[in-house]
Amino acid sequence: MNPSVGPSVAPASVPAVGVGRKPFTPAGAWRSGRYVLPSAVLLLLLSIAAAVTVGSADLPVDSVLRAVGTHLGLPVRPLPPLPDSIVWDLRLPRVLLAALVGAGLAVCGAVLQALTRNPLADPFLLGVSSGASTGAVAVLVLGLQIGSGPLDLTTGAFAGSVAAFGAVLLLAGRRAGEPTRIVLAGVAVSQLFSAVTSLIVISDAHTQDTRSVTFWLLGSLTAASWPAVALSAVVAGVGLLVCWAGAAALDAFAFGTDTARSLGFSPGRTRLLLFGVTALVAATLVAASGAIGFVGLTVPHAVRFVLGARHRVLLPTCAVTGAIFLIWADTVARTVFSPQELPVGVLTALLGVPVFALVLRRRSGTR
Amino acid sequence: MTGGETGGGVRDARAGGGGCARPARLLAERIGWGVAGAQILAEVALTAEPGATVGLLGPNGSGKSSLLRLLAGLSRPDAGRVLLDDAALTALPRRALARRIAVVTQQAATDVEMSALEVVLLGRTPYRPRLAGATAVDLAVARRALAEAGLAGFEQRRWSSLSGGERQRVDLARALVQEPDLLLLDEPTNHLDIRHQLELLRFLAESAVTVVVTLHDLNLAAQYCDRLVLLRSGRVVAAGTPAEVLTASRIEQVYQVRTDVDTAADGRPRIRYRRT
Repeated sequence: MNPSVGPSVAPASVPAVGVGRKPFTPAGAWRSGRYVLPSAVLLLLLSIAAAVTVGSADLPVDSVLRAVGTHLGLPVRPLPPLPDSIVWDLRLPRVLLAALVGAGLAVCGAVLQALTRNPLADPFLLGVSSGASTGAVAVLVLGLQIGSGPLDLTTGAFAGSVAAFGAVLLLAGRRAGEPTRIVLAGVAVSQLFSAVTSLIVISDAHTQDTRSVTFWLLGSLTAASWPAVALSAVVAGVGLLVCWAGAAALDAFAFGTDTARSLGFSPGRTRLLLFGVTALVAATLVAASGAIGFVGLTVPHAVRFVLGARHRVLLPTCAVTGAIFLIWADTVARTVFSPQELPVGVLTALLGVPVFALVLRRRSGTR
Repeated sequence: MTGGETGGGVRDARAGGGGCARPARLLAERIGWGVAGAQILAEVALTAEPGATVGLLGPNGSGKSSLLRLLAGLSRPDAGRVLLDDAALTALPRRALARRIAVVTQQAATDVEMSALEVVLLGRTPYRPRLAGATAVDLAVARRALAEAGLAGFEQRRWSSLSGGERQRVDLARALVQEPDLLLLDEPTNHLDIRHQLELLRFLAESAVTVVVTLHDLNLAAQYCDRLVLLRSGRVVAAGTPAEVLTASRIEQVYQVRTDVDTAADGRPRIRYRRT
């Protein structure tokens, strides 16, 4: 420290800024976000196009394009009804839902990890997934009628999620903005709702119900539909924007509440807002696809490892990476044991844990 | 950035390098504060004139850190008030406050993998729009602050790889790029070697910023602070110049240690501790 210079030197004496010659290091890759994000978006578009062509019915790219073109009102020669329906009613919504769920869960995970300063935080931290299970099981097994028809399960799951998050807020009490408090409340409420789920299943279950509940609990995109895609797109899109607007605050949380406050943020209010937004996004996605694990835990760590922790770049990149990851996980899940389908949650865990282990190893190795 | 901005943009215009434009006057009146039923501070008064360096002294648990948090506006006092240039802290928006007051806490800690430069850049957040990233000016200011903290070449070093003293200096650089009018430091010397302790204290004493700093070393406090405030059990025991505050009888009264205090060539008290 040179007191004679101090912080009061005029900007004119600032030496030339040596941007652009930085080595590509994880923590200091200043400009890498510039290239990583656009390439990831390109990869995402290619993944969507490619994943739609994969499946038991052999449909080449040009058939897919023709089907999509027809439905967008473009002057192309339409496909026969069956392949057209496979592309438009089955595969495309499923791939898009996978992308949205992957993106939303990854962003929720990244935000919650920053808010709670807990690397183990995932989108289901605040009781959302166990609440969804309880809601879904209540609908399936007890035959509760909320809406009508196929939306029953989704609506029940969403209601359960929101109820669970409400219980977490209630339990955390007036100081719900404190991370330790809300995390502990989340753990307690998750346990409670899991217990209720088991109780319902055991007390009154038909084998068929139990099977479909189990499949849904593990996470699955089989229920993909255009309404689900539209709803998830709106909720995940708005959620991502709100979180992205909080990127600077999330950066400041790295050094805890006091530092965030002294940098001009309102930690309690910011936390509560972002807890609420991530809970709603997670609830919507879980209602659409079940609790798909490890995406929200692993993807943020992997992206942070490459890009560093600046949330302005981290969050959009997490969204795109999570989308790509889940598209391919689901593509493998639905084809590898075809015609049997593997619950995609099983696959994300199988893929996610090694990635997680790798990141952990590299991280500790460079200390 | 030129002066063509609309009203209220004066501080925005300090887009870096301007340093402390106008050191603040800090006034704390009859402050009381407690937590979970325990009274931590009572009837505390403190004044820091613009540009002065004020040392906060007192035994462990005397309320130094709590007082510093109240002065920073991180907590609200239960009684009394804190004024920054005659405006109550509670009346100022957080963001405006962040451009005027910077805080260096005792243990800055994070598990997030950040580079030293990224940590310093956090100090620029009060100056940029919420949705904007760091500008070239922010980068230049942050790099220079690191260099001034003696950490040139540490820009890409990860926080987790830094020593305690290096972290403390990075955190200080982070506070300085906030270009505060008032700088509050909680035991900023506790991880520093003696050379860096002296450099830091000389820097604080000579800088134009108003400084309030908690210290444990009575001799360093006597040497570098303009005024001292001595706390015990949450109350001010003495306040004034080092010579007024640091007398042998008062040190014994507050710390229960016996000392010989004489006056050094520069007129400041010099304390020597007795072995028995």
